[in-house]
Amino acid sequence: MSKMKIKVISRNPDDYLRATKRDIHKLPRNYDPTLHPLEAPREYVRAMNAVKLERVFAKPFIGNLDGHRDGVSSLAKHPSRLAVLASGAFDGEIRLWDLAVRKCTRNFVAHEGWVRALCFTPKGDTFTSVGDDKTIKTWKSEVQSPDDEEPVNTLLSMSVVTGVTHHRSKPIFATCGEHCQLWENTRNEPVKVFKWGVDSLHHVSFNQVEQNLLASCASDRSVILYDCRESGPLRKVVMELRSNALSWNPMEAFIFTVANEDYNLYTFDVRKLKQPINVHMGHTSAVIDVDYAPTGREFVAGSYDKTVRIFESLKGNSRDVYHTKRMQRLTCVKWTLDNKYILSGSDEMNIRMWKARASEKLGVLKPRERTALNYADSLKEKFANHPQVKRIARHRHVPKHILNAQNEIRTIKQKAKRKEGNRRAHSKPGAIPFVPERQRHIVKEDE
Amino acid sequence: MKNPKKNAPKRYFDVEEKSSEQKEQDVEVYNIKNNKRTDNKRIQKRKPHKNFKGKAPIDPEKLEAHSRGEGVGKGVKHPLHAAKLRKKERKYTYAQEQAARAEILLTEDHGGLEVDEDVKTTAISQKIIAENVDISAATKIFELNLDFGPYRAKYSRNGRHLLLGSKKGHLAAFDWVTKKLHFEINVMESIHDISWMHTETMVAAAQKEWLYMYDNTGTELHCVKKMDKILRMEFLPYHFLLAAVNEFGFMTWLDISIGEVVGHYNNHLGRTSVIAQNPYNATICLGNSKGVVSLWSPTIKEPLAKILCHKTPLTAIAVDNRGMYMATSGVDRSMKIWDIRNLDGPVQHYRLRSAPVDLEFSQKDMLAVGLDEVVEIYNNCCSQTTDRPYLRHRMAKTITNFKYCPYEDVLGIGTRSGFTSIIVPGSGEPNFDALESNPFQNKKQRKEAEVKALLDKIPAELITLNPFDITEVDVPSLQEQMEAKKKLLYLKPKKMDFTPRHKKKGKTQIARKKIIKQVARKEFIEQAKEAQKALDLPQPESAKKPSFGVLDRFVPTVKTKK
Repeated sequence: MSKMKIKVISRNPDDYLRATKRDIHKLPRNYDPTLHPLEAPREYVRAMNAVKLERVFAKPFIGNLDGHRDGVSSLAKHPSRLAVLASGAFDGEIRLWDLAVRKCTRNFVAHEGWVRALCFTPKGDTFTSVGDDKTIKTWKSEVQSPDDEEPVNTLLSMSVVTGVTHHRSKPIFATCGEHCQLWENTRNEPVKVFKWGVDSLHHVSFNQVEQNLLASCASDRSVILYDCRESGPLRKVVMELRSNALSWNPMEAFIFTVANEDYNLYTFDVRKLKQPINVHMGHTSAVIDVDYAPTGREFVAGSYDKTVRIFESLKGNSRDVYHTKRMQRLTCVKWTLDNKYILSGSDEMNIRMWKARASEKLGVLKPRERTALNYADSLKEKFANHPQVKRIARHRHVPKHILNAQNEIRTIKQKAKRKEGNRRAHSKPGAIPFVPERQRHIVKEDE
Repeated sequence: MKNPKKNAPKRYFDVEEKSSEQKEQDVEVYNIKNNKRTDNKRIQKRKPHKNFKGKAPIDPEKLEAHSRGEGVGKGVKHPLHAAKLRKKERKYTYAQEQAARAEILLTEDHGGLEVDEDVKTTAISQKIIAENVDISAATKIFELNLDFGPYRAKYSRNGRHLLLGSKKGHLAAFDWVTKKLHFEINVMESIHDISWMHTETMVAAAQKEWLYMYDNTGTELHCVKKMDKILRMEFLPYHFLLAAVNEFGFMTWLDISIGEVVGHYNNHLGRTSVIAQNPYNATICLGNSKGVVSLWSPTIKEPLAKILCHKTPLTAIAVDNRGMYMATSGVDRSMKIWDIRNLDGPVQHYRLRSAPVDLEFSQKDMLAVGLDEVVEIYNNCCSQTTDRPYLRHRMAKTITNFKYCPYEDVLGIGTRSGFTSIIVPGSGEPNFDALESNPFQNKKQRKEAEVKALLDKIPAELITLNPFDITEVDVPSLQEQMEAKKKLLYLKPKKMDFTPRHKKKGKTQIARKKIIKQVARKEFIEQAKEAQKALDLPQPESAKKPSFGVLDRFVPTVKTKK
């Protein structure tokens, strides 16, 4: 043989084994697809496992804050401090909580009758409470001296005040009751009073982006929009049943969601109130309160059916439902400003803390853990529409009373639909028009 | 008017303060001025640095190898979904590029033979190879002379361990690199086939009656009586399935992780001992005595596909790692290469000196062909026709089977009198992926990998011809569509018969034949009558029979032919 060169794979084990026990193992990688056969079915199996593990680790309940001697009527979150929460009860007591240690830091009786609403000022140094005793009291958030225990300011209103909300930047706040009233901190009389018919209002909320805009829910089934620079209210939309609460989307200034008595939530665009942009279904009883996540992509709703539901703002059905055996009718819900937790106050004197994403791991993640979770997330997304994956991801165990109520509501809806279909089939074409679900619940829009 | 606050939060648009003369008007005028951020002008690309020409170009072939198929293209009309898909596809192409670029990090070079143009590589013997390679590689050429008759050999999945099983019951497993023996027993029965399980701690042996499993000390773990008289076995590592075919033509898939038989049926092919697995989609290829290769999965009791490969009984089948080519050989001394995804005619057709005993593809698609006492290795024989083998190895003993060692340039041959290991330069994959199979793994890594593999166990139902079926769009059938519509409609649904109607036009074959016959007979009679009329033959007069009165009834009647 003249010229010949023979090359053979000959591996030196030293290149592949770690030198000492303290070293990490050497893991040479080769991404050649032929070495990784059956990619699609293996990914599918991993996606199935990921979605199952997600359900296994879905333990959203973190803890409860107990101390109130009557049902919790209202909650307020501090604008800049994550750990501070104020809560008012039906017996007129206000408590301030430290969420990090889950302890009550301060409690005092503020009102006679129940505390209707609470709200912090934008700086967070004081908060305002309104109660059944027709007073609007402003309190200091932190107590340095015994004098601070007393209210900084007490305003007397002519009628019962049921809601309070503060302007984002100016020292103005709005209350509702018989009418919507605008107050300035320094004055004893309201600066402006908005009236529209003889209605009583039970919830009012300032828009935090378009700061002069505010909206309120009235007991004549309407939602009214105001501009605090103008003298009269702007517009109102009347729905079939009354709305209980309202929350503005913090990222899209023109969007708000109302919690309605007819078990649904409605998301409206301010510019077009005639038809909601989305109807969020899922609750089996009246929805009492709603609050947006700081991202504006999701919101949480608390209902009279003893459950908390989390909705994605663009979707009609809930993403998750939280319940416990002991939680009674919800009265108020809040989504914390770090987008991680949900707080719910209920009839049976407890405030509960939940994780916003049920299976999320709390605390610091190690990089490998992080990458593994990211991989699982993208697999879940990739195979989200596979029937098995979808079924597992969607399934939620709900208490019997909810399940029965869901079945009942389903039957009723189907019956109505069938009947309408039959009527349409047996009458003149066009006599029974198709009314989309989104228009069905709106009575009229007034300007 | 004051200037806007410097601390004011930045927004997508700034409000320009109105000038003093405008202020006197009643109407408030806001001039909205775009920020730089929202300007439509794209940020101009930086000029390339004169010393740095940008990223190195990627070899298009490598890029193609890592491709996961073409994108959706312009099929999606909705702008939002199109944008989402574009975003997703950008990620896929990025991943593809990164994977292709990562090939530069591979440490090992693949083997090969480099000779002058006029020299044929076929002539290079193992002796020459052993002289020209380093000492550690030369130890990979060895021979074991064992007494217990024809041996079958199989390598474990990471190529580190070797299992030998003989017809006369000798069963041995060892680390063939260090030559450390795990166990060696004689099962005192004939062994028909052997197989490694998912790790090197478990082996299966198909013995005279039943299937047995042993651990790496030779202790019998299981005797699987559900699987009897097994002829050949294949282990599907990603499904944890042990596929076997027995003497009576029954196929069995045993899930070894839970010990359950997931598929057991008769293939109606009779006794078949020619079996191969397709690593691309985990189907089992069976070759029968009529020359037909059929592909099988555990859940479907009919073959997924059938090909008539030879007109004579088959002797061996092999499928390459990418699931592209299948090599078959028959007793007619021919070998054919097929494109297994597209079952048209053979891609290549070779004539050999004798009928091959066994065929085997290596990781780098070198085909080993066993001809009685000679092993011939062909390189690039699938896409083009080669006229001579790449290597030829002669032995003085008949071959029973052979296997390429994964991640090594080694071919292990089980023979009538032991085991021979030869070097085939360039046959193995030089760079292993440690998370897939690692020849250097320790005990702890092995345990870890076992758990991971069990978590990723693919269900047996997912064995299909196209493994990417699961990622494709499920197009509902008409029946499903109608049923979905029925659920939406609240009215009485229209009745629809979904079973395809094969209308029998006219009568059945037999009835039709009868009709034709009747018509023909009628015609014949007519013709006969006509002919008789034409001839005008006198009617034969019926002779008067003599009468016997009452006794007439005893006169025999004469049958007249009509």
